[in-house]
Amino acid sequence: MADTAVGSQVAGADVPGREVVTPSPSPASGHGHTSTGISNEKLGMWVFLGSECLLFGALISTYLLYKSRVVEGAGPAPVDLYDIPFTSVSSFVLLMSSLTMVLALSAFNRGDHQRGRTWLVTTALLGAVFISGQVYEFTSFVREGMGFTTNVASSAFFTLTGFHGVHVSLGIIMLMSLFVMSLRGRLPQERAETVEIVGLYWHFVDVVWILIFTVVYLVP
Amino acid sequence: MAITEAPQPLGPQPLALPAGDGAGPDGPDHQPLGVFTRPRQPTGLRSWLTSVDHKRIGIMYGMAAMFFLVIGGVEGLLIRSQLAQPNGKVLGADLYNQVFTMHGVTMIFLVVIPLGAAFMNYLMPLQVGARDVAFPRLNAFSFWCFLFGGLFLNSSWFLGGGADGGWFAYAPNTNPVFSPSHGMDFYAIGLQITGIASLVGAINLIVTVLNMRAPGMSLMKMPVFTWMALVTQFLLLFAIPVITVALFLLSFDRLFDANFFNVEAGADPLLWEHLFWIFGHPEVYILILPAFGIVSEVIPVFSRKPLFGYPFMVFSGIAIGFMGWGVWAHHMFASGVGPISVAAFSVSTMFIAVPTGVKILNWLATMYGGKLKFTVAMLFAVGTVSMFTIGGLSGVTHAVAPSDLQQTDTYYIVAHFHYVIFGGALLGFFSGVYFWWPKAFGYRLEEGIGKVNFWMMLVGFNITFGPMHILGLMGQPRRTYTYAEGYGFNFWNLVATIGAFLIAASVCVFFWNVVVSRKAHRRAGVAEQADPWDARSLEWMVPSPTPAHNFDESPTVTHLDEFWHRKYGEDERGRPVRIAATAEVVQKGDATDVHLPSPSYWPIVAALGLPIVGYGLIFNLALAGLGGVLVVAGIFGWGLEPSVDADAVHGADGGHGPGPGGPDGAGGDDAPAEAAALDAAPTEAAATEVVTGG
Repeated sequence: MADTAVGSQVAGADVPGREVVTPSPSPASGHGHTSTGISNEKLGMWVFLGSECLLFGALISTYLLYKSRVVEGAGPAPVDLYDIPFTSVSSFVLLMSSLTMVLALSAFNRGDHQRGRTWLVTTALLGAVFISGQVYEFTSFVREGMGFTTNVASSAFFTLTGFHGVHVSLGIIMLMSLFVMSLRGRLPQERAETVEIVGLYWHFVDVVWILIFTVVYLVP
Repeated sequence: MAITEAPQPLGPQPLALPAGDGAGPDGPDHQPLGVFTRPRQPTGLRSWLTSVDHKRIGIMYGMAAMFFLVIGGVEGLLIRSQLAQPNGKVLGADLYNQVFTMHGVTMIFLVVIPLGAAFMNYLMPLQVGARDVAFPRLNAFSFWCFLFGGLFLNSSWFLGGGADGGWFAYAPNTNPVFSPSHGMDFYAIGLQITGIASLVGAINLIVTVLNMRAPGMSLMKMPVFTWMALVTQFLLLFAIPVITVALFLLSFDRLFDANFFNVEAGADPLLWEHLFWIFGHPEVYILILPAFGIVSEVIPVFSRKPLFGYPFMVFSGIAIGFMGWGVWAHHMFASGVGPISVAAFSVSTMFIAVPTGVKILNWLATMYGGKLKFTVAMLFAVGTVSMFTIGGLSGVTHAVAPSDLQQTDTYYIVAHFHYVIFGGALLGFFSGVYFWWPKAFGYRLEEGIGKVNFWMMLVGFNITFGPMHILGLMGQPRRTYTYAEGYGFNFWNLVATIGAFLIAASVCVFFWNVVVSRKAHRRAGVAEQADPWDARSLEWMVPSPTPAHNFDESPTVTHLDEFWHRKYGEDERGRPVRIAATAEVVQKGDATDVHLPSPSYWPIVAALGLPIVGYGLIFNLALAGLGGVLVVAGIFGWGLEPSVDADAVHGADGGHGPGPGGPDGAGGDDAPAEAAALDAAPTEAAATEVVTGG
């Protein structure tokens, strides 16, 4: 806990007029009181992400099973319509959001709330750009004649990428909630771990996208 | 930082409960979203609806499961009445399909899983020496999701008929062409909701066991029940997302015309079977492992010996957990998965019998040479071991693929899984009910009536499901609503039906026992002692019924079976010698300086939105929007509400202010006036101890 103390004094010194408060062991944080040394919240997120692996595993398997099973005359398969350069760019944007997430966490760990909030918003914006790209991709696929119900591969494609999109959107909501919490002073340095936990989720969603992009888009 | 740097005393201290999320500024009237004031009554209906106490949640799980047991039992009786005689007239073909489907779904998802959850919720924190689970409000949310999901599923009876595709709901047989009523929609969405309950509960209990053990309680000092519960929760954690995907695909097909199970469009009819059984086989161990855990607690106590081969018990449980993932296709030998798959899954299925056999031998070895005391709990435990062994052996016969092809879809299968799920899991849970009843309610169930209960149930069970082996081998198909005269099925079917009513009578005896015992307890007015069975694990160290705060002080653990070792030492020949009177060892339950997580309305509000979303998806999307708003509002209200109510009365210490209020209220670098005003609200504790920023 000593480094936290130093950190909070430094942070306090940064902002004139802000009082440095001595934090006491909080019943809610649980730091250092657990058997594993990892806080309950962080361990809970790790455990949850373990479960998410099987969710996406099942969805990806379903897509792989169905990607080449489109019967004759049942409309275009997703593989006929992929715009690899476009999706590469939006994938790159999502990957960069992991970097900004790390920067946000590092800022909050240092107690630099102003910069932390900036990076949070940047991360959320990059995520939103990715989602916009996905919306554009979906609408262009529908325009080209491949809707959700067109064939087995389209159903599987939209379900898989749609689930991922929902995960990214939830992540954006979490990031914005963190932003508002920080603005209202509910995200002090001692609770920077909250940012880390949301970050875990965010990185996971990114990693899953790398898998989806490789397996779904790039592998022929 | 003076306070945090001081070493944490191991002795009596107001245990800081890591109560999840969202500690924040809290005035007496701080109402997140401006809706509710914090519930504070310790008793009454509202206190139960808003409770986050793992013990109350465990009890509610148990009560709800018993309620669904009655529903599922009536469905079972309807099935047996229909089949009592050839050409039965009780149910038509369509209604029969609904009744046997809902019987299976209810018994598996709404009775056996939640009964396991009841024990795990109540006991796991006590057995590891914790005050509560890691996320108490999430725990409440989990229960309400289960209850509302179960009620949603059963409401289908009044809204066009129950699900009719079997509990495994094989698609494409469950697409709208073959199953046109809304029953399967209720199935898919209802199980999705109860799935949320299981997943959230799994995360919660895993974190609890890994993170909240008492000082000295290493993993290999944990009671076997807690170990088995931990394995169960990991199985749930990884199995639930698979069924979630399967149910989503089915719902999308049925509600939004997707093509996942549309064979004309090129869909693979085996996709559902694979997804379902990848979930479904671990599910079998999810059902049985908690009962194994219970039996492993009961048998040593009434044999007055430590559990034989504790590490083997633990590792065989873990082995079952791992191998449970490698046997799913033995449910699909008849589906044409190919000879290599069949051979591989045959071998893995035979192999998984090994760790199960290890457990059975260890229970026998525990009893061998022990001073056996056949209480009702012990009778049920021994019943579990013997009945499960029968079911396990018939299970091994399924591993032999050529033989399994003959048995598939006959009553032999029905006999097998009732022997493992009823004879194994349910009898085990009854053992646990009789064993831990005094701990939960402060009085014992009457032993005499309990023995009647046990013997009626054991005999009824065997004359119901025993003959089904014969019927199955004679060729009676399962899931068929009637049979004609002259196949030779008549006699054993009648016997099975009589047995089913005997089981129903034994359940009635159980409920009667509860009423009688409770009355006797009220009349006598004598409190049950903390340790009525001279037991071994930590939950018996606290008074009966368990006080709200569990332990007065966190016990420091030095042994496996810690409580036993505080009571007994060993003489030079290894025989137990009493070293301390039980009364000296047990805690008084009179601690006053205890922080407990505060009750909350938000879990029930958020959970209530889910079935509304479900009805909306089936009947009217606008309703789904409304439900969604309720869920989101519930989650945000929850997030904004501090987990600890700073104004609640806890006891003598009163010093809870700095915990939730301090670091949060003043930590921000530029907290706006509003937050500062909230901080400055005149909470007595907060006013004296919180330095507000701004």
